[in-house]
Amino acid sequence: MSYLSLTDGDRDAMLEAIGVSTIEELFADIPAGVRFGRALDLPPALTEQELTAYFEELAEANADPSQTVSFLGAGLYDHYVPAVVDTVLQRGEFLTAYTPYQPELSQGVLQAIFEYQTAICELTGMDVSNASGYDGTTVAADACFVAKHATGRSKVVVTEATNPQVRQVVKTYAPGFGLEVVEVPHRDGATEPDELREAAEDAACVIFQQPNVFGVLEPAPDLAAAAADAGALPVAHVDPLSLGVLEAPGNYGCALAIGEGQSAGNPLSFGGPHYGFLAARSEFIRRMPGRIVGETTDAAGNRGYVLTLQTREQHIRREKATSNITTNQTLLALGGLVYLSWLGPQGLREVGETCLALAQYAKDRLNFPPVFSDKTTFKEFAVRVGRPAREVVSAALEQGIHPGYPLGRDYPGMDDALLIAVTERRTTAEIDRLAEVLASCS
Amino acid sequence: MQLIFEKSRPGRRAGRLPAHGLPVPEVPAGLRRDEPPRLPEIAEPDLVRHFTKLSTRNFGIDTGFYPLGSCTMKHNPRVNERFAALPGFRDLHPLDEESRTQGALRLCFELQEALVEVTGLDAVSLQPAAGSQGEITGLMLMRAYFADRGEAERRRKIVIPDTAHGTNPASVTMAGYELTNVQTDARGNIDVDDLRGKVDEETAGLMLTNPSTLGLFDENIEQISEIFRSAGALMYYDGANLNAVCGISRPGDMGFDIVHINLHKTFSQPHGGGGPGGGPIAVGERLAPYLPVPAVVREGDGYALDYDRPKSIGKVRGFYGPFGVFVRSYAFIRAYGPQLREMSEAAVLNANYLLALLRDAYELPFDRLCMHEFVLSARRQKREHGVTALDIAKGLMDHGFHPPTIYFPLIVPEALMVEPTETEAKETLDEFAEAMLAIARDAEERSEVLKEAPRSTVVGRLDEVKAAKRAVVRYLFEDHPDLSGDPAPVGVEAPKGV
Repeated sequence: MSYLSLTDGDRDAMLEAIGVSTIEELFADIPAGVRFGRALDLPPALTEQELTAYFEELAEANADPSQTVSFLGAGLYDHYVPAVVDTVLQRGEFLTAYTPYQPELSQGVLQAIFEYQTAICELTGMDVSNASGYDGTTVAADACFVAKHATGRSKVVVTEATNPQVRQVVKTYAPGFGLEVVEVPHRDGATEPDELREAAEDAACVIFQQPNVFGVLEPAPDLAAAAADAGALPVAHVDPLSLGVLEAPGNYGCALAIGEGQSAGNPLSFGGPHYGFLAARSEFIRRMPGRIVGETTDAAGNRGYVLTLQTREQHIRREKATSNITTNQTLLALGGLVYLSWLGPQGLREVGETCLALAQYAKDRLNFPPVFSDKTTFKEFAVRVGRPAREVVSAALEQGIHPGYPLGRDYPGMDDALLIAVTERRTTAEIDRLAEVLASCS
Repeated sequence: MQLIFEKSRPGRRAGRLPAHGLPVPEVPAGLRRDEPPRLPEIAEPDLVRHFTKLSTRNFGIDTGFYPLGSCTMKHNPRVNERFAALPGFRDLHPLDEESRTQGALRLCFELQEALVEVTGLDAVSLQPAAGSQGEITGLMLMRAYFADRGEAERRRKIVIPDTAHGTNPASVTMAGYELTNVQTDARGNIDVDDLRGKVDEETAGLMLTNPSTLGLFDENIEQISEIFRSAGALMYYDGANLNAVCGISRPGDMGFDIVHINLHKTFSQPHGGGGPGGGPIAVGERLAPYLPVPAVVREGDGYALDYDRPKSIGKVRGFYGPFGVFVRSYAFIRAYGPQLREMSEAAVLNANYLLALLRDAYELPFDRLCMHEFVLSARRQKREHGVTALDIAKGLMDHGFHPPTIYFPLIVPEALMVEPTETEAKETLDEFAEAMLAIARDAEERSEVLKEAPRSTVVGRLDEVKAAKRAVVRYLFEDHPDLSGDPAPVGVEAPKGV
């Protein structure tokens, strides 16, 4: 199958108009030594019907998600995505448009991004948001780049209780940025402000996660104050769905707020594509990475939207740009906007409260000691299951339950720790079942 | 049109949560949010209408011809959307057990194999999220490779031609390298004499798009490759223009060591108004040990994630990359199979046909056959009639077309960069050419029509200077300024870039 439109007659007429007799002649500029002399060794072409059979087979080679009740999170979460998100994202005018370089033909997506930026600013308590980053890990690297240039400092601090993938990505980018990365250990599941203050000396920024990787609520205002006291920019990595019940980073002194948008409006999709968000106080607006949409008018005074502050960007500034981002995650960010609009402020609060309530119910139902005592958590918490958590996962899966993430994968000494995520999609009956299954296999 | 925030009314809502009947634990004061975010309060009917109306104010490939150069705006097959939404893919958690994600891992592995074949290289990482992330990942691989050989301190320079996408120099800086620019010769190739003087033992590598952003295949590629090879430096291929050469010429056979592939260009992931994309990188054997972790590998009859790669640069993105993009792009590749070559042939045929129709009306700075795109100049229209590339772009909108890329590449004044792609019918190309010829006549006879364009769009030409100066980048509720009361300065900043 192919998606070509030319008939043999078209080809002949076109070749004649060009003044050549074969398509091969069009490639005359390619030196003989670098021409590919054979057919591509790819499986034979498939019709749509054959493709469907093949891709269904691949999808079915995965465990059927509808047959497992999942408490797996650790960065991506099984939240409900309403039908309106799919409806909007499948509009061809959004789906098949490029980056809005020509604003008069792109008002739909430009206005939508402007609304997305507004929603992210409202969630995080910030003044400015970009049009999205790749995901919740790369926005952390972006934040480090902003902080390095804003402060002239060459060290960044990340708390150990920040999601390991976020830390890994920051470490991968840091050498190129000329940054040293320092990690601050957690103490019983949370970060000590005094210890953070010490590490933050001479740092460009401090990145901490709220709630952190263990689901624990950090003393976020104290951490932000400790960073600021050392002259480092406080950067909070936040879960957007927590921000109906948890304080906005902008309200406790953060310079930047970043995060993984998946929980707000994107399906899991085996890890992507999702959107990362990056918002900041207004003083950093000209250091922001990526696209930003701004409001303006046409000659008649009609309101309209354009990509703005483009002198930050690679296509104008080239090697002096604030980032190399061109393609971002607009469609997923649009999904986030639709979702947040569907929820509204009351719905957002209720999602947060439901997660809090169900997670507390799960804590009460499970007869396992918490890994971290006396800590307030949001939708995720860690318990000690008394044997290697990986084995418990395997055993529970036999009974149709994915009980969570074995923290020993990332944290030494936590082999018996299971990180359990409870979203609003779980029910008390499912949690009861989780308790039964875990009791039977621990 | 009103913003969704302006349609908001207190007490309205769309989504509701199932009741749980449980007490809600207290969040400690200081950590608790007391002032709710001002998200829109809107019911579902108006929510759907709002976004539907917005969509009608947007132009996509589904709407019409979209010859945006260097962006490869080809048809996006709809069945691929259905595949990405199969529950076995859509609802799959990336941290689920490998035994339960064999279908997804197999898909990744098979896509890697297909990309190895198309690029002529040896190993692939699907992790980078976009072409520009592929670039910086590639530069990190160079650094790791030279560090292993004890040459990282010495090899500080990356060579880039003056026709390069802006992402290339931006990536160079972000990767901690220094930039060396090389000129373009009279035929539109890299100036090999200039290049010879700029490549030495301090050179880490080259970043090159081939065919270039001029739409021209570099005729000296073998010499260029030899220059870098003998200097012990590496070659990076910016795959933005891979659509021209699938099955015709492979980057690996041209001498490149690292290639990124824009899945949202060549392999038809819908661009979504700005993303998502995918920027897998393919590398030669000697660079494979440095690729990001985890690698998707075959293990016996199954597939696995391999984290045990001691020389790896680490992770550049979460998990394994934008998997939903892999589903669509792999389906696209499987639809063509070995006939991917016909895709590239049609792309090049369409471009050359359109060029033949337009070459008398506009200046052609490099008079050669083109590959999948070509760059015209409106220099004559500007000199003789004061009509710029921007005016021509806006005029095209009134003919129902999306304009080409303008003012890029930077070395061509008043550049119009046209990429029709392989999926367009001859009639569409004919209609577009007629519009471009009508605009060339308008430039001579009634240039005011173009200066006032567009007239058929939902807004007129927008004041980009005002946007940058006022920097209103979010809705400010009761404090929102009325920019229409702010008189516009004359003239607008030209939108640039690809």
